[in-house]
Amino acid sequence: MEATMDGLGSAPVEPISKAKGTGRIADPIFVALLWGSGIFVLILLGLIIAELFQGGLPALQHFGLEFIWTASWNPVTENYGALVMIYGTLFSAVIAVVVALPLSFGIAFFLTEIAPQRLKQPIGVAVQLLAAVPSIIYGMWGFFVIVPLMAAYVQPPLIDTLGQLPLLGLLFQGPPLGSGMLTAGLILAVMILPFITAMFVETLESVPPMLKESAYGVGATTYEVYKNVSVPYGRTAMVGAIMLGLGRALGETMAVTFVIGNATRLSASLFAPGATIASAIANEFPEAQLGSLKLTSLLQLGFILFVISFIVLALSRALVRSRMD
Amino acid sequence: MASLAARRSKDAVVKALSTGFAFLALFLLGWILWTLLARGLPALSFSVFTNVTAPPGQNGGLANAIVGSLIQVGIAMLIGAPIGIFAGTFLAENGKGTKIAAAARFVNDILLSAPSILVGLFIYTLLVVPLGGFSGWAGSLALAILVIPVVVRTTEDMLNLVPVGLREAAFALGAPQWKVVMFITWRAARAGIVTGLLLAIARAAGETAPLLFTSLGNNAWSLDLNSPMASLPVAIYQYAGSPFDDWVALAWAGALIITVGVLVLNVVSRLVLSRGH
Repeated sequence: MEATMDGLGSAPVEPISKAKGTGRIADPIFVALLWGSGIFVLILLGLIIAELFQGGLPALQHFGLEFIWTASWNPVTENYGALVMIYGTLFSAVIAVVVALPLSFGIAFFLTEIAPQRLKQPIGVAVQLLAAVPSIIYGMWGFFVIVPLMAAYVQPPLIDTLGQLPLLGLLFQGPPLGSGMLTAGLILAVMILPFITAMFVETLESVPPMLKESAYGVGATTYEVYKNVSVPYGRTAMVGAIMLGLGRALGETMAVTFVIGNATRLSASLFAPGATIASAIANEFPEAQLGSLKLTSLLQLGFILFVISFIVLALSRALVRSRMD
Repeated sequence: MASLAARRSKDAVVKALSTGFAFLALFLLGWILWTLLARGLPALSFSVFTNVTAPPGQNGGLANAIVGSLIQVGIAMLIGAPIGIFAGTFLAENGKGTKIAAAARFVNDILLSAPSILVGLFIYTLLVVPLGGFSGWAGSLALAILVIPVVVRTTEDMLNLVPVGLREAAFALGAPQWKVVMFITWRAARAGIVTGLLLAIARAAGETAPLLFTSLGNNAWSLDLNSPMASLPVAIYQYAGSPFDDWVALAWAGALIITVGVLVLNVVSRLVLSRGH
């Protein structure tokens, strides 16, 4: 006791000032690094937008806002417009969402309500691994496996049956090339499926058990509880999940480039080759000379894609987060 | 209301359908993997790893593409990982509750899902045009931008799981903030942060689009970061679309290598996470 008192008496504040010493120099540096990195992330998005806008500005000045709704992409006459690519981007992404949605609803139902505990995790992980497969692998699989199947077994019967109908038949016109909008949409559906499903499962698992049990208590079947209790409860976040899937599909590049056919013509048919903004950039870029009108038109296309993606992703985030905050 | 029998049978039908959908997803994954194995395995030989890309018919390999990918992903991680970890820490610690952090979190979520090809265009106009050429550096930086949001998100999520009491205990002992963060908070969230880094590597390794306009690809052996550099995804893209059988076979071999690598990283990261908790 005496010794401790002596120790305190001789140098009472030494250890504390020492600790402060390391903090006095290192802490401001450390905090500056934290703030600097945070602010870097914050301005990164703005930098990307500004850079793309500036790069595409000459095209905008040359063609005016008409660029957006001009359906021509002609390197010979140097007349460029974005309409075909915007249409292709939206069309293929919507096909993807329409196909992926029922699958995601089903798989989320299976994972949250049906699957035995033992199967739940491995199947859930396997579905998530679909999201890990690189885009270019989907492209090769689509190009070498799916396109021939579409050309041989899917498109000809559809052209012969649905293609004969008035009006609706317009969707099923043209030669069965195998590639085209529908094929791109189907590949995209597989790619966005894991993202939508994961967010569905997360949302559905946050439904209070009491709500579901009340419904079971009055005699509802599992499906009725899912449809009438769980899904309405998580509705907002689930719409956000769908928007995220849409946003992902809009900007997907490599997989689409392989299977969409890369034609810059406008066509209503699901089987017609087309182009998305991303596929057009990937495909046409190597032929664009530095400083050419084509290059700046491609950059302008990139800017338009960024704006579309930004709106969809921001909306998605607002919907998903609305419940949490 | 429909009869009980009708409701029950509807329930059964939807259950069967949902189970079918789940197995369809498994089937699709299996189909993709089977395609890769069936076409990639016969083309996979020792020379793929030792030979440089060569004109068709000359027994080329992918050695320069594999090394180029490793270098570019490695540099992307060296740049992106610290920024991502620091920014994620900022969101979970110093910035928590501030408007700047909320805005940065929003931006990060957008970057996480933004089209990767636009990151390539961004680096192209920012670096490639002013510096007058495609380069390994440009490719690395494009990948770094894709790495950052993945690391930020996982780091923030994982730090938020660390109990506040742990930090308070360290502060109460008089530790400065840098020590609290580095030796207490990061250490407690170690498994989660490593998971984020592994996922970021997996993402960067499989990306093709951002490299097309930045590092371009290179058919010769080159370790020079100031000149165009080969990468596995770009080599696959170039070969898969070619009319030569041996190039297409090589593309499948490369596709197999990259997919196995990426999937292994994903599975390992899940194991790291489940063991850490």
